[in-house]
Amino acid sequence: MIKNKFTMTVLSRSANESFVRATVSAFALQLDPTLEEISDIKTAVSEAVTNCIVHAYKEQDGNIYITGEIFDDNTLKIKIRDKGCGIENISKAMEPLFTTVGGERAGLGFAVMQSFMDGIKVKSTVNKGTTVYLTKKITKRFSVNG
Amino acid sequence: MSVEINVTGEVVTAYLSGELDHHTAKDMRESIDAAIELNMPTLVVLDFKGITFMDSSGIGLVMGRYRILQKTGADLHITGTPPNIYKVFRLSGIEKLAKLEGRL
Repeated sequence: MIKNKFTMTVLSRSANESFVRATVSAFALQLDPTLEEISDIKTAVSEAVTNCIVHAYKEQDGNIYITGEIFDDNTLKIKIRDKGCGIENISKAMEPLFTTVGGERAGLGFAVMQSFMDGIKVKSTVNKGTTVYLTKKITKRFSVNG
Repeated sequence: MSVEINVTGEVVTAYLSGELDHHTAKDMRESIDAAIELNMPTLVVLDFKGITFMDSSGIGLVMGRYRILQKTGADLHITGTPPNIYKVFRLSGIEKLAKLEGRL
């Protein structure tokens, strides 16, 4: 069952990469994550948002739609959606070191998301946009207050 | 985000600090590349002690500097990596290109 939810829309400006990951990690704090879990979430979210800016909108203006949900089994679900160019071949795009832009991009965005989260799902339609679903189950810890 | 450059003999050390993402990487690499061009070092050390966050843009930054140094024959070392940053580096297999110091 869903316990909490937020939605936000940001413009595809690179300055918003830090804003979105900070917002998502602040939302995730309700699950009492470890520092490592928070760092994993921030890194994965940063990769997804950067993909929207660099690939989907090709550094042009567009909206990025972010939804965060917390479920009562301590799971965090994050949805990051764009209305950009879409991905022609998702499995190719998810291969480590594959990049269409070259230069200073490592081609590891999806590899980081896969490694740092428990689940990732990508839906994309060419010229319509891409949605990335990220899931992470936060370890339940005992507290002195029960 | 800031980069502090220290030159000792033929060694250029870049002390990076703040958050390293796609937004901040450009300024960081421009500072490092200017120091490489000016000093023609035999060793470049990238010190990540002051980095509080890094995504794969940091790997791109290291790979880009590796490509530049390959042409001059200089070595590249990565030092001072905090555990969360080291985790990103380990995923990339960057230690095949540059000496990586740090731990999880």
